[in-house]
Amino acid sequence: MRITFPHMGNSYIAIKALLEKMGLDVVVPPPCSKKTLELGVRYAPEFVCLPMKLNLGNFLEAMERAADTVLMAGGWGPCRFGYYAQVERDILNDLGHKFNMVIIEAPDSQLWGLVDQVRQLGVKASWIQVLSAIRLAWLKLKAVDRLEQELHHWLPRLLDKERGIRTVVRGLKHIDNAAEAASLQEVTEKASRELARLARDESNMEPVRIGLVGEIYTVLEPFANYDLERHLGRLGAEVVRSISMTQWVNDHLLGGFIPAAPSLHSTLSYARPYLRYWVGGHGRETVASTVKYARQNLDGVIQVAPLTCMPEIVAQAVLTRVQEVEAIPVMTMYFDEHAGEAGIITRLEAFLDMVRWRKTKLGDNDGKSVLGNRCGLG
Amino acid sequence: MRVGIPRALFYYHLYPQWKSFFNHLGWEPVSSPPTHKLMADAGIVATVSEACFPVKIYYGHVLHLTRQRVDCIFSPRLVSIERRSYICPKFMGIPDMLKAQILDLPPLIDFCIDLSRDDGSFMKGLDQWSREWGLKPGQVRRAWAKAEEAGRSLAAICRQGHTLEEGIRIWEGQPVLKCISGDLTIGILGHCYTLNDRFLSLDIFERLRDMGVTAVTAEMLNPVEVERAASTLPKRVFWTVGRSAVGSAILMDNDRGIDGVIYMSCFGCGPDSMMSKIIERRMNKPFMLLTIDEHSGEAGVVTRLEAFCDMLRRQRRTGIENNLSPYGEFLYSH
Repeated sequence: MRITFPHMGNSYIAIKALLEKMGLDVVVPPPCSKKTLELGVRYAPEFVCLPMKLNLGNFLEAMERAADTVLMAGGWGPCRFGYYAQVERDILNDLGHKFNMVIIEAPDSQLWGLVDQVRQLGVKASWIQVLSAIRLAWLKLKAVDRLEQELHHWLPRLLDKERGIRTVVRGLKHIDNAAEAASLQEVTEKASRELARLARDESNMEPVRIGLVGEIYTVLEPFANYDLERHLGRLGAEVVRSISMTQWVNDHLLGGFIPAAPSLHSTLSYARPYLRYWVGGHGRETVASTVKYARQNLDGVIQVAPLTCMPEIVAQAVLTRVQEVEAIPVMTMYFDEHAGEAGIITRLEAFLDMVRWRKTKLGDNDGKSVLGNRCGLG
Repeated sequence: MRVGIPRALFYYHLYPQWKSFFNHLGWEPVSSPPTHKLMADAGIVATVSEACFPVKIYYGHVLHLTRQRVDCIFSPRLVSIERRSYICPKFMGIPDMLKAQILDLPPLIDFCIDLSRDDGSFMKGLDQWSREWGLKPGQVRRAWAKAEEAGRSLAAICRQGHTLEEGIRIWEGQPVLKCISGDLTIGILGHCYTLNDRFLSLDIFERLRDMGVTAVTAEMLNPVEVERAASTLPKRVFWTVGRSAVGSAILMDNDRGIDGVIYMSCFGCGPDSMMSKIIERRMNKPFMLLTIDEHSGEAGVVTRLEAFCDMLRRQRRTGIENNLSPYGEFLYSH
């Protein structure tokens, strides 16, 4: 049995560690590429959202590499994601693939549910083995998060930005290869030190800070947002991301079990009075994080989501009010298979120009007269 | 107290219930007129462009009502109208969306209708709302219970072969012209607010009637059978309308009296994007997916309906034992 799973940013590092440590034969799909998207677009329903198209592409590419078991998450709505696995299974079956699908359905998607299902596949891992697999996966998740956050911090402040990116990419590879906790610690520290030693751009030591909010997959998967985080860094802006893998795992798989780990539950209260109910997906989290960032004096917020994402459309409508009342510029970007990278960079440049202009103006007067409140529309 | 009820979204499912609720409270419910172009245009301007067309039309109706002399507008947070099911995330956020984007909004009656777990929490919410609006909770609860009877009577009317829009008119005691029977019978699936709004659906029922088609909708079928058919899927569909569409499609597929099925979907509709594919895959009869949005050209839709009917008639003439399939079958190619 060869098991595979869909990509979401760098989460594959931890998922691979978890499954391999439990003694499974793991096929990591090739990183999302144009080919992945092309395969997904060809076979997925036309009007479905982008993550499903990429998921499907991942599975098809993994099956080219002889994967015969698919690990996928589920859910009970109202977001479309909950029904992804069902439609994906139909499509893969129709294409003539022979495979097993393991679906972890929320709300019983606790970590033990996953372990149980994986053990039912005939894995003879002892509980000690399972526990140590979980521990290593969690540590890797934390290490990945740490490097990503440090890159967000340093990228705008570096002279040679590409070198900074290369350093982190190398560090991530070492994290992926680390076999146990001690060496993991070591390679993470090393990459982190290297990053901090790179030559700095002294003219941009206080860059504008941009909050990144929105639908989790689009936020975390660089291919789904056309590498938005790095483009922002290259343009000299520091990215503050509302969602991280550790936080998601803690909130959804561990049930907030690890108190010291980041959690979004405490942020949700910021959504009042703008959005007073959950709307599926990360809609309420988007609104809450935007309000929080405004009150933390970030310079702007970018909301990202796949085109036709229902929860984020609700959030976008509510954000038109948030940006006026909380006085923070918000730009919404939807992604689908037709997005062109040049167009995205141009929009980011324009947004940053506006944000910087506003920031200098805010120094001059009380700021109320120059709110960039129309930028999110259109 | 004049309470405005927008004639959009779940109006077509729940208007009798809502109207009789307010009547029992001694209020005066006023619904907005049928959708027209100016209303739709106003809605399109008022909300974000990514919202689906029915939501934009809802905005148009709310804007229309704000200019009437109404004391408040009824726009409940419609989370769920049955156990373990949702309608759509937009329904869960719509009062907040309206408040964010329409500034001169009259007070909203936006209590939360969430029956996904139990009735108790909904009733508590209703009690709280009653106290906030200075009403007696007991009286409000009784009004709601009576209103639910009105909802059931609409369902009973539709079971006799009426669309929801006709059903509402019959319930209000207005005359409905029932058509002569046509030579074709076609199942029409989709969200009630897409099909029953004559402006939005480009009057699909009337046009099909002109083409000699008898339309069958999900509401005309036996809900128990629909539910049973839908439960044949490996995973329960958690959208109310999606589940009823799948169940109805399966029943229609097995019903010899039905020649084909048309699924009318709105661009950007999340549940439809998944359900239309699930249905397409399980369907052995001719099936057409018709996606519409605010740019819909009437002529294009009419042409497609005509072509579909022509194919069904041609198929009937040539017989199924023919090498050339008049409608094609589901293939993986665009």
